[in-house]
Amino acid sequence: MFGKQLLRRIDWVTIFLFLLLVTIGWVNIYSATLTENTGSILDFSQLYGKQLFFIGVSLVTVVIVLALEASLYERFASILYIIMIGLLLGLFVFGKTIAGATSWYDLGFFNLQPSELAKFATALALAKYLSDIQTDIKRRKDQFYALLIILIPMMLIVPQPDPGSALVFAALIFVLFREGLPLAYLWIALLLIVIFITTLMYGTAWMAIGLALLITIFLLVKKASFKVPTLPLIMFYVLAIGFSLSVNLVFNHVFEQRHRDRFSLWLRLEKDPAKLEQIRKTIGYNTYQSEKAIESGGPWGKGFLEGTRTKGDFVPEQHTDYIFSTVGEEWGFMGTAIVVLLFTLLLLRLVYLAERQKSDFSRMYGYGVISILLIHYFINVGMVIGILPTIGIPLPFFSYGGSGLLGFTILLFIFIKLDANRLNEWL
Amino acid sequence: MKKILLSSIIVLIGVTFVLRLSYLQLFRFSPNQVLEDTAVKAIYDYPERGYIYDRNGKLLVANQPAYDVMVIPREVKPLDTLEFCSLLGIERDQFIKSLKKARVYSPRLPSVLVPQLSKEDYARLQEKMRKYEGFYIQKRSLRYYDTPSGANVLGYISEVNEDDLRKNPYYVQGELTGRTGIEKQYEEILRGRKGVKFIQKDRFNRDIGPYKNGTLDTLPEQGKEIHISLDKELQEYGERLMVGKRGGIVAIEPGSGEILTLISGPTYDPALLVGRERSRNYSKLHYDTISKPTWDRAILAEPSPGSPFKTLNALVALQEGVIKPQTTFRCYNGFYVGNVKRGCHCGGGVRNLTSGIYESCNAYFAGTFRKLYDKYPTTDEGMDVWEKHIKSFGLGNYLGYDLPTGRPGRIPSKEYYDRVYGDNRWSSTFIISNSIGQGEVAATPIQLANMTAAIANRGYFYTPHLIKKIAGEEADISNFSERKYTTIDPQHFEPVIRGMADVYTKGTAKWLQVPGIEIAGKTGTVENYTRINGVKTQLTDHSVFVAFAPVDNPKIALAVYIENGYYGARYAGHIASLLIEKYLKGEITRKDLEKRMLEKTLEHEYAKPYSGEEFKINEYVW
Repeated sequence: MFGKQLLRRIDWVTIFLFLLLVTIGWVNIYSATLTENTGSILDFSQLYGKQLFFIGVSLVTVVIVLALEASLYERFASILYIIMIGLLLGLFVFGKTIAGATSWYDLGFFNLQPSELAKFATALALAKYLSDIQTDIKRRKDQFYALLIILIPMMLIVPQPDPGSALVFAALIFVLFREGLPLAYLWIALLLIVIFITTLMYGTAWMAIGLALLITIFLLVKKASFKVPTLPLIMFYVLAIGFSLSVNLVFNHVFEQRHRDRFSLWLRLEKDPAKLEQIRKTIGYNTYQSEKAIESGGPWGKGFLEGTRTKGDFVPEQHTDYIFSTVGEEWGFMGTAIVVLLFTLLLLRLVYLAERQKSDFSRMYGYGVISILLIHYFINVGMVIGILPTIGIPLPFFSYGGSGLLGFTILLFIFIKLDANRLNEWL
Repeated sequence: MKKILLSSIIVLIGVTFVLRLSYLQLFRFSPNQVLEDTAVKAIYDYPERGYIYDRNGKLLVANQPAYDVMVIPREVKPLDTLEFCSLLGIERDQFIKSLKKARVYSPRLPSVLVPQLSKEDYARLQEKMRKYEGFYIQKRSLRYYDTPSGANVLGYISEVNEDDLRKNPYYVQGELTGRTGIEKQYEEILRGRKGVKFIQKDRFNRDIGPYKNGTLDTLPEQGKEIHISLDKELQEYGERLMVGKRGGIVAIEPGSGEILTLISGPTYDPALLVGRERSRNYSKLHYDTISKPTWDRAILAEPSPGSPFKTLNALVALQEGVIKPQTTFRCYNGFYVGNVKRGCHCGGGVRNLTSGIYESCNAYFAGTFRKLYDKYPTTDEGMDVWEKHIKSFGLGNYLGYDLPTGRPGRIPSKEYYDRVYGDNRWSSTFIISNSIGQGEVAATPIQLANMTAAIANRGYFYTPHLIKKIAGEEADISNFSERKYTTIDPQHFEPVIRGMADVYTKGTAKWLQVPGIEIAGKTGTVENYTRINGVKTQLTDHSVFVAFAPVDNPKIALAVYIENGYYGARYAGHIASLLIEKYLKGEITRKDLEKRMLEKTLEHEYAKPYSGEEFKINEYVW
């Protein structure tokens, strides 16, 4: 099934958004990596030239992904997953270390980062397991196995060390929620995060008072027919305070100073402005510079290739994790707002596509794609604009890097292929 | 819920991002960012500061080059330190210390190694400089003074401080700005406008080319020269006369309001505040809290004016019609306030207006003052009328001349006395001291000089000012070119001026006549007090003198105030007559009088309160 029929059935909106993001991404990589004595844009000794090559490779891969039989992805999901686990394990022996992390295989012309490829493999495996007729996500045992599929690659990636990439896999939990994992887990997780943050910012006492107030309000506005579960409520309250107390303990005695500094910076825990400024300029140097670069772009930006901070290399890792700051400086609010809009549209389009799938596998895989793209986009942009702590993961389709681009492209286009094939499911 | 959960999260994240981005890029963005951009370096091209000339075109202030030896630490190659140090004229230890300090500041940026070399050192060093990599000589411009005088008027320049930077975005750390005097007042004219070149930098602070191809760069705009109204010769002469004395002298050309001389004693050589020794000299001057050389007494001291103030009270009384020139009062070697007798030095007898002035009779003016208040039903009303007339002479408020500091002096109002004594609990007897220029009235020497100019002009004055020409063109400032009329009609001035002329012919200053020049003047002897260990102690009187000359076509009006100089004709009168002769004739004929003034000092007088012993005041020793 390749040819006119496929071309008619694939979702051009998604492909258009994908191409737009890749193009804008490359333009900004070009600006961020351009040096004074520049050659042609096809100069493969330059980073922008290399990235152009990777884009070419990815487009070829797109053709291959679309050309393959759709049912292959479901059939080989487990095998792919096992190969990826093997590759991740192999890193401990053959891995190449770059910037302190043993995350790459040296293929001579190109360094392969298996964690990037593990993302779509895990998404496929999870979808396959969940869509199995014998799996019931309401069962504890099946919940456990589903979580295990997500946890295994995480466990292998954390010690590289690359905790940022590992965190990405956690996003696959959204697939489970979509498929019936009780939302209570989500609320509990959210609550724990809120307690964690409020305890750090205001201390246990204020957190306890705030929580008590919330419960009181909840009890006041509740329906008359609602029977107050007094005992569980009290237990919950005591547990929350216990957790809050343990937060202080963990923060002060288990965390290392560099972790504490990141939180101090993020939540503005340091009250002395001079010290805070000091942390901003040392621990928070990257974010400080990227925020300043974005800020200096103003509403309309400084113009293509006119970003003074981009040219001066002020923002570290600007062509990889901090590429969004180039958009901010050179294209201003207009540019950043458009990029945020494009990501939002792409993700919403994917949600729409996922929901229209007839096959459970396709839908679940679709949700896996969305989860992975969303968490990258959320954490990366959030970090670059200074509302999230520093976690180094790339911006999909934007950041410089071959494995990343290839991984995201395969991830996305397998879904596009599945979607194009949705009417043939019964075949 | 499950189906829209992810969509809601996506939208929520998008909204959060856009909000944060609009905060950063729309709200926190400052359009003036080129100067704040750490990626852009501005290199400034400073124009030469404008020269300052006197009223006759004689140079007062110019510029001189100074040479700083600069170092860029990372470019320094091994060198023969001994030879280099001997060329620089510094010790090897100091050299190593300075180099270390520069390296700590920045290995890439230039620092000053040795500031302000002498011309001789510079000449020796210049040729051999090429041998020493990483060092170079930077030329700077310093002020050069072609006069030892006028420090208080000219002011000085110094590096901008945090406060200046906050107040005026034009300045950048390390730049110079006028700190006091003319240098501050006409800062923008003298300074010009610096040119700027923007350079794109990388994060190592290395230059990587012009920013936006130099489209934002500007050329410097030259500083303008100015002519000020001071007479260099008169100023220098006056300062020589003031050696060893404390006080202020202000001379004004009545026909224009131009300040001919403005002297504060003791003063200092303006060149002290230039160059390597600047800060040491400044501390020495600044922390001399006894003689206060940096405190400009000519515009900041506010003593009681003393007897010269009587002329104004006479004018007010004439204007209000409570006396005529022929009205007489009898002086009983003093006058009575209730049962208390106040003294008078005039010798007693019947006084009319002219003799009241030239003999400076206290009883006459006390009587006049009472009559003035008796004209009105209440003291409050009398007070208002009196205050209005007196203030029309520029007293009791800031004059508005073109120097950055000043004091308002004090002409008390009814509100003032209500505050001091309580409402309705005072009467004209409480304020009688004002009739003779003692009591609550206070005026700065420049206000007294201006008052004298208004009398010389028979009823109006121009706001005193120093600016004469800017870049060779007459400065046209409306505040300085329009007449300010007093509330006294012109015909009342003649009898008072007669009396003032008689001061020289037969009155308190008859020993001070200048041959060939008719002068009108008025002596003043001002009682004053200080606190010594908390005890109010009277000191020798201040000597005050106001005068203008010639009487019929006044060219100069002046006020001289000498702290603890005893009676008016003594120091102040002498100095006033010498300055008038110097200005109008160009030379002094009365050499013995001049010699006496140049040699006499009042240091013994100023030492008295600090001696810790009992002392006598108002001694006749001369």
